[in-house]
Amino acid sequence: MRQYLLSVHFVEGAPAPSDEEMQTMFRETGRINDEMQATGAWVFGGGLRSPDSATVVRVENGVATMSDGPFAETKEHIAGFWVIRCADLDQALAWAEKCAAACGPVEVRPFDDLSQA
Amino acid sequence: MDLASIYRAEYGRCVATLARLLGDINLAEEAVQDAFTTALQKWQTPPANPGAWIVTTARNRALDRLRRESTREARHAQALLLHQPDEPQEVGPVKDDQLRLIFTCCHPALAPDARTALTLRLLGGLEVPEIARAYLIQKATVAQRIVRAKKKIRDAGIPYRVPAEHELPDRLPPVLTVLYLMFNEGYSSTAGPLIRTDLCTEAIRLARELAALMPDEPEVLGLLALLLLTEARRPARLDPTGELVLLTDQDRSLWNRTLIAEGHDLVRRCLRRSRPGPYQIQAAISAVHTDGAATDWRQVLALYDQLLALAPTPVVALNRAVAVAEVHGPAVALAALEDVDLPGYHRLPATRAELLARLGRDAEARAAYDQAMALATNETERSHLQARRTELTRPRGAS
Repeated sequence: MRQYLLSVHFVEGAPAPSDEEMQTMFRETGRINDEMQATGAWVFGGGLRSPDSATVVRVENGVATMSDGPFAETKEHIAGFWVIRCADLDQALAWAEKCAAACGPVEVRPFDDLSQA
Repeated sequence: MDLASIYRAEYGRCVATLARLLGDINLAEEAVQDAFTTALQKWQTPPANPGAWIVTTARNRALDRLRRESTREARHAQALLLHQPDEPQEVGPVKDDQLRLIFTCCHPALAPDARTALTLRLLGGLEVPEIARAYLIQKATVAQRIVRAKKKIRDAGIPYRVPAEHELPDRLPPVLTVLYLMFNEGYSSTAGPLIRTDLCTEAIRLARELAALMPDEPEVLGLLALLLLTEARRPARLDPTGELVLLTDQDRSLWNRTLIAEGHDLVRRCLRRSRPGPYQIQAAISAVHTDGAATDWRQVLALYDQLLALAPTPVVALNRAVAVAEVHGPAVALAALEDVDLPGYHRLPATRAELLARLGRDAEARAAYDQAMALATNETERSHLQARRTELTRPRGAS
């Protein structure tokens, strides 16, 4: 079995979804989570608060410094993700298709061999 | 047969089989290359079935190599090898290692450029410089594409198996593209002998398998028909001295009637389904060329118009111009080529040269022939262009 990260990204400045759209997204996401758990593909998943709630911690010469805000000056941020376990990329892509239908574009990224359970 | 021809003919088949046996494309390639190195040392004369010898040797070499290594992948591959029944258990509709490998190489998660390069390398047995010439790109770019694609297949876990029935419609178009390109490289090789029969035969064989697998996909039938009707004209394509003969000058009695009949039959089956696509239209054009004593150019042009609307590429525009010249004359065709941009492709200046020659604009034609010769990579094609250029210098009417 392999593990894949399915991540949903949100683009800064993109129009915010309406309440109704949010409700649909939550409902669909809940349904996907249930299905992942029922089939044994689920490892972990969740949605994230907006990037302005992030803090970056760095250690330089043994001294930790903190800075407000997310890592990089990018327009795209991870909004939520799943970690799933399945046999191959085709299965991961099939899950990603369901996730993308519910939440928008999804990046599928395999975990490194070493971190595989 | 010498080792080089055997390598060419057997490489793809052997890698495909070993990829099934080992579950890993890189290991498969290494094992097959090992086996060919052994063959180079051991063969006085090649065995009766060189492919089987290579597969057996590669399998044994892979097993030796895996026993020495202790990584997880190695143990996994070794386990696969040892528990592999001699005859593979088929789980999907594709009954052929090579087709299975094609579907892996043409996986939609791979970049389109990488799919073709990988398939030509793994299944066509083409070397990196040959692929680079075929696509008019740098060798380093091709090598990088192949390495990246193989790495992604391994790292991302792209499965080496037959796509499920419902996945086939999505998986099919890239496979068709690759088979088409493989045939083309065989029919108009970028270097060496102009025609590489092995690649043509292989592309047709794989297209036949696909057609048997998906008899209701008109584009699959269209592709097969196109390849058969093109292959049918091959015996007339070179004259006894090995010089290229243009379609209009070919001795039609040399054409393969059996392949033509089969191709025409397929085109009719496509027409009945009335879901036209680029391969079906190109097949229909080939069908017109091979129908009767001479080509009905008006019909060809009408089909090219349809093709250009469906697939507006510069190559289609270039081919259409040839039909335009036959129907409306060389001046109109030349005008139609004005906006066609195909940097590095010798056929554009070659076509312009032919049209200019027909218009009596000899100086311009000579310049265009020179341009085409500088770009052509195949010696037979260059020599053909040289001959056409030389004809220009003779007074008209002389033979």
